[in-house]
Amino acid sequence: MGLLSLAIWTPIAFGVLLLALGREGQVRTVRWLALIGAVLGLLVTLPLIAGFDTSTANMQFVEKTLWIERFNIHYHLGLDGLSFWFVPLTAFITVIVVLASWTNITERVNQYMGAFLILSGLMVGVFCALDGLLFYVFFEATLIPMYLIIGIWGGPNKIYAAFKFFLYTLMGSLLTLVALIYLYNQSGGSFDIQTWHKLPLSGTAQTLIFFAFFAAFAVKVPMFPVHTWLPDVHVEAPTGGSAVLAAIMLKLGAYGFLRFSLPIAPDAAREWAWLMIALSLIAVIYVGMVALVQTDMKKLVAYSSVAHMGFVTLGFFIFNDLGVAGGIVQMIAHGFVSGAMFLCIGVLYDRVHSRDIAAYGGVVNTMPKFAAFALLFAMANSGLPATAGFVGEWMVILASVKFDFWVGLGAATALIFGASYNLWMYKRVYLGPVANDHVKELKDINCREFLILGVLAVAVLYMGIYPKPFTDVMDVSVAQLLQHVAQSKLP
Amino acid sequence: MIDNISWLSIYPEIVLLVMGCVIALVDLGIKSPRRTGTYVLTMLTLAVVAVMQGMYAASGNTFYGWGNMVVSDAMGNWLKCFATIAVMVTLVYGRPYAADRDMLRGGEFFTLSIFALLGMFIMISGNNFLLLYLGLELLTLSSYALVALRRDHATSTEAAMKYFVLGAMASGFLLYGISMIYGATGSLDIGEVFKAINSGQLKHQVLVFGLVFVVAGLAFKLGVVPFHMWVPDVYQGAPTAITALIGGAPKLAAFAMVMRVLVDGLLPLAIDWQQMLMVLAVGSLLVGNLAAIMQTNLKRMLAYSTISQMGFVLLGLLSGVVDGNVNPASVESAYSSAMFYVVTYVLTTLASFGVILLLSREGFESEEISDLAGLNQRSPLYAGVMAACLFSMAGIPPLVGFYAKLSVLQALVASGQALYIGLAVFAVIMSLVGAFYYLRVVKVMYFDKPLTATTVSAPFDVRAVLTVNGALVLLLGIFPGALMSLCADAIVRSLAS
Repeated sequence: MGLLSLAIWTPIAFGVLLLALGREGQVRTVRWLALIGAVLGLLVTLPLIAGFDTSTANMQFVEKTLWIERFNIHYHLGLDGLSFWFVPLTAFITVIVVLASWTNITERVNQYMGAFLILSGLMVGVFCALDGLLFYVFFEATLIPMYLIIGIWGGPNKIYAAFKFFLYTLMGSLLTLVALIYLYNQSGGSFDIQTWHKLPLSGTAQTLIFFAFFAAFAVKVPMFPVHTWLPDVHVEAPTGGSAVLAAIMLKLGAYGFLRFSLPIAPDAAREWAWLMIALSLIAVIYVGMVALVQTDMKKLVAYSSVAHMGFVTLGFFIFNDLGVAGGIVQMIAHGFVSGAMFLCIGVLYDRVHSRDIAAYGGVVNTMPKFAAFALLFAMANSGLPATAGFVGEWMVILASVKFDFWVGLGAATALIFGASYNLWMYKRVYLGPVANDHVKELKDINCREFLILGVLAVAVLYMGIYPKPFTDVMDVSVAQLLQHVAQSKLP
Repeated sequence: MIDNISWLSIYPEIVLLVMGCVIALVDLGIKSPRRTGTYVLTMLTLAVVAVMQGMYAASGNTFYGWGNMVVSDAMGNWLKCFATIAVMVTLVYGRPYAADRDMLRGGEFFTLSIFALLGMFIMISGNNFLLLYLGLELLTLSSYALVALRRDHATSTEAAMKYFVLGAMASGFLLYGISMIYGATGSLDIGEVFKAINSGQLKHQVLVFGLVFVVAGLAFKLGVVPFHMWVPDVYQGAPTAITALIGGAPKLAAFAMVMRVLVDGLLPLAIDWQQMLMVLAVGSLLVGNLAAIMQTNLKRMLAYSTISQMGFVLLGLLSGVVDGNVNPASVESAYSSAMFYVVTYVLTTLASFGVILLLSREGFESEEISDLAGLNQRSPLYAGVMAACLFSMAGIPPLVGFYAKLSVLQALVASGQALYIGLAVFAVIMSLVGAFYYLRVVKVMYFDKPLTATTVSAPFDVRAVLTVNGALVLLLGIFPGALMSLCADAIVRSLAS
């Protein structure tokens, strides 16, 4: 069994084990087992980091065995610079989520933890898959645990949200399935993604394929105008669910653009880049403004996620290396920052049971340690230099100014909106006099919470101050991708 | 004409026939209210038959017996083997239910099941229009009686009446169509009919006229739109154990019969029947999925979902021949995808009815979707099995239903025809509609509060079989290769002969 298989199946095996355990009375065992599973999953990814060769754009840690002979489908895994960081990131966020859900989930703990571990393994699988159908299987399978997580442990309107999540994302991916089958037939019976990259395709075919993939990935990112499911789902999902959704699951869509849309249909990608750029800018500017007027903290962060993911797609579709690399860096940074933002809201929600901004005020007086962390993450979310949030945004803005001044100007306004909504929320929730009795009785964060937020804070700062390890990994792969996209594949 | 091979080709049928009669006689002497003796004897018989069929199937040989009246080939033998297992599984699930409802006063539940299975066997291996028709009648007559097994139950009786009247009409259609084809070709033998039509010397009009009736009759039996009216009523009205019986194994037989009639016999008319199947498939997907959304009764919802699933099977069947050209590769991929679909569908349906049967206890019918409320709290295992079935039917990987849909879609797209690719997109959109109602049941099981806190208990055999059945839905989803190859291989061997 290779390293990548271990990274995928370790959490899944623990998840299945947890599901098989009984329920009541063993909550402690369940929690510790879940933590062990998550930590093992993270440890398995460490040799990956140590062993990754940054000088080549080739796939590394490749595993390939025939899986379904009849359709020539392979269990084919591998990592390159585009996908590399998402594997440890997923494992890392899983550990954080398990810790964050330690005490605030009391009902059916084994199912909750089991669902998260299985979800984690499936998401790692998405990033590793080099076979189109294997990718699709992992991509789709993530819907089941997430649907259950939202629906069982979610808020009052959870059922609506769970359905919206499932059906929206399923709608997109089903069209993608037809495109995958079409590519399979065009390539003479191969589901290998790298083979597809070399496949000549006519203009019409490329356009159809591009939009079939767009259906799945744009919904998942989510891009304007199919972003409306995200705020609803975030509001209803439990804290851990929101964190995983924002930190990892949204990246599956953006990653899909890199792995499928750009290299398989490069001519269509270039032809429709204007549309993608326009939608991205709308996400950045318009959705940023929408975030400004939210009264629910989770909704605010959800809209800010849409705006930040707009940066990612913007970076991808201006076709220069700074933009693409910036997009990927932004994905990783957003993984840390948005995860942390949702966990912060979770900390407050656990104590006051309200996500309304108006229900708070002056939290800094009763929870100084927590407020300091929250300030850091709010700053990172608005793109303050020396935090993770800055690096990616800066790279994308630079690249877009190079591409077109007005696009760059539009993108740069995000910094203003970002600062506005984050700081304004911070002011209303944390600063000022203590607003009410609930806030007066707040207790500051305990050791566990401190540990979670502390680790995330270190990650955010480290990535902001010294992003080189992150960018080094992707440079060669990004250059190769762009070179590939620049060549026409019209027959 | 009657040689050893002839006998060899019908040994399993003979075993079923003889044992069916023996069990009926033995049952007269059994007084146990749960009919344990009859049950054990039936299961033993079926196990023997399943093993026999499995051995026949594994050998992969094809031979004809009784002057081409019956054929024993890989496809038929596998389908017979699966049908036997499906009936065994149904009997395991259904016996506690039937016992609670006083349906085991006599041994009819078991003997009629055996005769229904015998009918399926004849449908699967008949190589003659008349024999196929006889098999079909044996199956449906047994089914009518089974649906009416609860004599004092008004809805069951009503369902049986509906089933009988509509079924009789369908038989009439089929027989009429067969007689017309006989008139045109001068033969009832499938191979002879094929040769006669392939010669191109016959009047096309008469043939097509006959074909229309044959397809209508088959469509009735498959339960596809617009011949689907009986399906929801019978599924809902029949005692659930019987619903499981008629919703499971007979689909395998119906598929085999369609293969024998349309592919083995009437392939030269493919262009004509493909258009008919296309209309039936589109209608089934549309009506089945849209009507299922509105159902509150679980059995009725599953009935409409069956209609839509059969639409998918038809999509597989119609994609085999492109522009009237018989291309071996596309024929194989199309028909094997349809076979794979039917087999996995039966597997999934059995498990879902197993859970419903388990919940129907002591006079309480678990029929409404709301009866499943909070099942996850009462029994995570059975909720998990049911959820796996529902996600599988919705076509979500990594469950087996996904690969069934995948292989059908692949067969459609591989044809390269714009029309077929359009059909694939349509089917995909309809799957999305389908996902909604499957998800709603999952929602009820996992998100709603349970009405009672009692845990669900089950006899050991039911528990074991249901667990294996549910696990198979997942395991075949993770490793679908073997079953896929089996279906492809069976189709290739059968068509080659």
